[in-house]
Amino acid sequence: MTLLSLNIDWILLIEKLALIAIVVFASLGIALYTTFGERKVAAILQDRPGPNRAGPFGLLQPLADGVKMFTKEDIIPSSASKWLFILGPGLAMTASLMTCAVIPWGGTIELFGRTISLQIADINIGILYIFAVVSLGVYGIMIGGWASNNKFSLMAALRGASQAISYELAMGLSLIAVLMLSGSLSLGDIVKQQQAGWWNIVYQPLGFLIFFICALAECNRTPFDLPEAENELNFGYHQEYSSMKLGFYLFAEYINMIMSSAVMASLYFGGYDIPFVNDAELQTHLGNWVALFQVGTLLIKIVFFIFLFMWIRWTIPRFRYDQLMNLGWKSMIPLALVNMLVTGALVLLKMNNWHF
Amino acid sequence: MEALTSRAKAVDRKPMTFLERLYLWNILKGMIITFSHIFKKKPTIQYPEVKRPFSPVFRGLHVLNRDEEGRERCTACGLCAVACPAEAITMEAAERLPGEENLYREEKYAAKYEINMLRCIFCGLCEEACPKDAIYLSETFAPANFNRKGFVYGKDNLLIPNPTTQPEATAKAKGLN
Repeated sequence: MTLLSLNIDWILLIEKLALIAIVVFASLGIALYTTFGERKVAAILQDRPGPNRAGPFGLLQPLADGVKMFTKEDIIPSSASKWLFILGPGLAMTASLMTCAVIPWGGTIELFGRTISLQIADINIGILYIFAVVSLGVYGIMIGGWASNNKFSLMAALRGASQAISYELAMGLSLIAVLMLSGSLSLGDIVKQQQAGWWNIVYQPLGFLIFFICALAECNRTPFDLPEAENELNFGYHQEYSSMKLGFYLFAEYINMIMSSAVMASLYFGGYDIPFVNDAELQTHLGNWVALFQVGTLLIKIVFFIFLFMWIRWTIPRFRYDQLMNLGWKSMIPLALVNMLVTGALVLLKMNNWHF
Repeated sequence: MEALTSRAKAVDRKPMTFLERLYLWNILKGMIITFSHIFKKKPTIQYPEVKRPFSPVFRGLHVLNRDEEGRERCTACGLCAVACPAEAITMEAAERLPGEENLYREEKYAAKYEINMLRCIFCGLCEEACPKDAIYLSETFAPANFNRKGFVYGKDNLLIPNPTTQPEATAKAKGLN
């Protein structure tokens, strides 16, 4: 009885739970097919047909991969720290899925007389939340590498941690410029502002470039996949992992990719904003369908970014470690600082009624 | 010193400029190259469905031939076994009995004829040595097997189907359809 007397909005709770379930399962499903897309893109860029045996056009390949992963023997090395060993992949997966909570997946829909926002939680510090969760993702690598009790894995974990720290700096600095333009930390507000005016990419091309490069580094994608460098570190932090624990690590990488694409789309490319169309006006004509179109638009933007990630991966080799650090500290951070200062100056001038 | 080719380039060890250190332009160039490969023709042959045609001089698995009436040509003279540099061929001869004229063309025939496909080097010398045109190298190769015994091919594997009783199988063995 005490619970009921707390005056909780039960319908809101159910609505949010449904939304969480949809978003989580949708991102898992998309991640499943991103692995397939990765292999197809790799194949096509290398003049191969890619997986085409399982089902029509090879569309059942991810399921076959999943079955394979699940039926493999699950080995925990005797010298490994058992609980941390299990915790590592779980943490990597949780952290990558947690990001989806603050991303605005679409506008609002009207159902049963309620206005439902297609954003799980529009917290006013959305971007800080994303940063916190992304930093948490490094723990997955760190703990996995440490618990394996293997020198290669430990080296990979160290690399992963130092890389993530160096690139998070530049990422944060390039984000500050966006925040100065929008004056809000809430992702929902940032997208709404872009819906009304120009997309942020128009004001922040350099910022976007830096953010994109740092996103590559944060996702451990080529050319920044040093933590899993198979030629020198034997697959790095997931060397000792097998079965679905390995699957979780690989899967977390793809979910990270989707989430960072969604964040990039929201911050710089108008999020769910349908280009060249006044969404608010459309809403009066089409109602709930607009939200669906908006979700579709965001998904198209995400798919574009994922393709870009893959395109880069299958074009260039991995950086050397010193190149990685030089690029991060001597190029990205100074550029991000200059970008931040120029943006700050322009925003100040505009606030003081300068016209340009 | 004169360069050996017109494409020789001196090694440049100048420190990279700031733009070069960002790698962006070079990465973009590489990405354009990989993107152009999307539109290129894929050379893949979908193997079990589509097979690459062999050259007409390809030397593959052996075939023991029959004549037009469906009689075995081999007379078990042993010249192929002598010619074989890998000593892959063994045979046992037998005399043709009265009433077997429709089975064997010569008075002597091979009761047992074995080729060890693991020893065989597919040189084709047996084909050249045969005075009766009885052994030929086809355009197929030995399929995989789990044990060594499976690679010792006897007459049941080597002999071409009888053209008078099984014309279709013969045509298939000759690769005519």
